[in-house]
Amino acid sequence: MKEKTKILDKENISRILTRMAHEILEKNKGTGELCIIGIRTHGAFLASRLGTRIKVIENKEVPVGVLDITLYRDDLTLISSQPVVHKTEIDFDITGRHVILVDDVLCTGRTVRAALDALIDFGRPTTIQLAVLIDRGHRELPIRPDYVGKNIPTSQQETIEVRMEESEGIDEVVIIEKSRLPL
Amino acid sequence: MKWTRKDLLGLEYLSKEELEFIIETADSFKEVSTREIKKVPALRGKTVVNLFYEPSTRTRVSFEVAAKRLSADVINIAAETSSVKKGETLIDTGKNIQALKADIIVLRNSFSGSPFLLSRHVDISVINAGDGWHEHPTQALLDIFTLKEKFGRIEGLNVSIVGDIAHSRVARSNIWGLTKLGAKVTVCAPPMLIPYAIEEMGVRITHDIDEALYEADAVNVLRMQFERDQQNAFPEHIDYFKQYGITRERLDKAKNKNLIVMHPGPINRGIELASDVADSPQSVILEQVTNGIAVRMAVLFLVSQSENSQ
Repeated sequence: MKEKTKILDKENISRILTRMAHEILEKNKGTGELCIIGIRTHGAFLASRLGTRIKVIENKEVPVGVLDITLYRDDLTLISSQPVVHKTEIDFDITGRHVILVDDVLCTGRTVRAALDALIDFGRPTTIQLAVLIDRGHRELPIRPDYVGKNIPTSQQETIEVRMEESEGIDEVVIIEKSRLPL
Repeated sequence: MKWTRKDLLGLEYLSKEELEFIIETADSFKEVSTREIKKVPALRGKTVVNLFYEPSTRTRVSFEVAAKRLSADVINIAAETSSVKKGETLIDTGKNIQALKADIIVLRNSFSGSPFLLSRHVDISVINAGDGWHEHPTQALLDIFTLKEKFGRIEGLNVSIVGDIAHSRVARSNIWGLTKLGAKVTVCAPPMLIPYAIEEMGVRITHDIDEALYEADAVNVLRMQFERDQQNAFPEHIDYFKQYGITRERLDKAKNKNLIVMHPGPINRGIELASDVADSPQSVILEQVTNGIAVRMAVLFLVSQSENSQ
């Protein structure tokens, strides 16, 4: 594993989130019936930051929740590392709401597929809109984002790593080159 | 932490970290039962067989609810209505269940050690739902989960277990689990219901109920299992209640005014537990039932995800 390039720094991420908050408000015509749900772990941090920005812009609170999708994954038996089940924290009813689903990186679309299944189990939202910080392509399912922080077309040999203040102590997005050596 | 066991046979064999990991995982599963659609697809396509050689309603139903909330298919086999009556051995029954391509056997059997025997002869997961007087690991896990929820910790808690310790697998599993997690355990019963050398498990023994309650943060009240009394060693119901029954008056003498009362069920009102105590705010008996589902969901999920399971 070799770190190749830093694509986004703290300021870039901050500006992107401010822009996305405006886009969400513009498309939904304000905060009415809006709620934000982040996919653990980074999506949850992004969701809470978007919530804070929307509050600053509109001076209205938007409910923010956290979704853990481990139990909905289609690759539970494929992945080598055993997933740890964390809590889902959605303490409001999503029925009739516009749900902004937030994740850090959109790639194959399988995480989002699992998240959609999970959300539908919680109620019947009017719409579900997808917001991602990075879209790196390589889709395996017919899923597209509504709000994109940055498009970063990557090769299969590369991976994107999002680091955030809340978990890694720094806000940045970097491209990592996977080692060519057999694992 | 990584879960590597295909079976859950007893708490004696688990490390402190493994115990904590199950409790933590159960905490995440608890929320599922509060949803409008109380179901997640984690065990979709898996088959869980409840193989019960002893009468049981609450444990079997709890396992069944847990498995169904994980989307597993559940089959219940009660020994009285199965080929066991025709003389089939436990090992043969297990191998037949494996041949049906089931994934997990939940076993309740009156012979101590039977889940160990079964797990040596089948490759699929075995979960001990109570074996004789030996262990009842998921009951103790749900007791520990409830304590953790109430007090935020297990380390340093004073837990008294009162009642028929001699015949109780619940007591034994609780003692293994609680002492590993750093709680101080006291057992309290008439002398003939305290088994020989139990102090070697790291517990304090008392025959005085007031002493058992005085320093306790929680009291786990066991049911008097009169059906197991083959030697007429048990006291009369009324004598037992007088000497060991948990009453309001006795609870009020304890130091901790928020002492919680637990019971694995089914409760016998007026024998081991006064009726008003069972219904008081200090009683967490029904919360234990709810927590049992989360704990069993966690156990079913973990054994099915372990790399060693089929």
